[in-house]
Amino acid sequence: MTDPKFVYVTYIATTPEKLWQALTDGAFTRQYWFGQTIESDWRLGSRVVFRSGSDVHDYGEVLVCEPYSRLSYSWEVKFHELFRHERPSRVTFELETMGAEVKLTVTHDEFEPVSKVRTAVSHGWPLVLASLKSLLETGRGSTLTTPEKHRGAKERAIALAEGAA
Amino acid sequence: MIMDDVFRALADASRRELLDRLHAQNGQTLNELCSRLAKSGTSMTRQAVSKHLAILEGANLVATVKRGREKLHYLNPVPIHEIAERWIGKYERHRLSALAELKRGLEKRDD
Repeated sequence: MTDPKFVYVTYIATTPEKLWQALTDGAFTRQYWFGQTIESDWRLGSRVVFRSGSDVHDYGEVLVCEPYSRLSYSWEVKFHELFRHERPSRVTFELETMGAEVKLTVTHDEFEPVSKVRTAVSHGWPLVLASLKSLLETGRGSTLTTPEKHRGAKERAIALAEGAA
Repeated sequence: MIMDDVFRALADASRRELLDRLHAQNGQTLNELCSRLAKSGTSMTRQAVSKHLAILEGANLVATVKRGREKLHYLNPVPIHEIAERWIGKYERHRLSALAELKRGLEKRDD
């Protein structure tokens, strides 16, 4: 395995069960992930779909699913033609109870050597994770990741990717 | 409280420099960070770099992954966004609701 390109960590005052639900249930992801719903039956090899309204933005495939501790899926970014030819990257979520909090570690790796997807996603993750924490701790997702902000975030991702080598 | 740790960790130019270095090249070992700092003429002893990294990790601004006997250091900007959400998002919400009030007020006048 190559070294991961991104590793993000957040500590959330919640339970692994609730955090797991927030990661795998579209009714939750909609509230913190730029209004996107995630859909899958979470069996190994099953399809993962990211939907924004009626549009399918991204696809993936379930690679690891150990409820309440470890989830991994491949990720094909399809929302813009700039990214469509790249091979799928991989996202892994690890949940670990630490006292009254759950430590969530998100690793994103297996990008192509020169990857526009990598540049594009690097700005989204910290926002999404801060919003996830806000949702679970206060019942409200971040104002920075509302569906209205999604268009701006996507445009910025495209601009970043276009600027990248 | 973690937010205090974040502000304290950021209140130091050397530690901000280390975060910038990780932003430029994520996933570096202590050795890589030290040699790149030395190459660019920044004077920071290995001991100081190691100490600053520990403080950054304590504030969750740096996440680490073990690779054999080495540790890879990753910039973790999530706590900075949590601060943004706490301090900026709050004011933005206020601004948005003020705009919503204004809209309601103006539309009422049209009735």
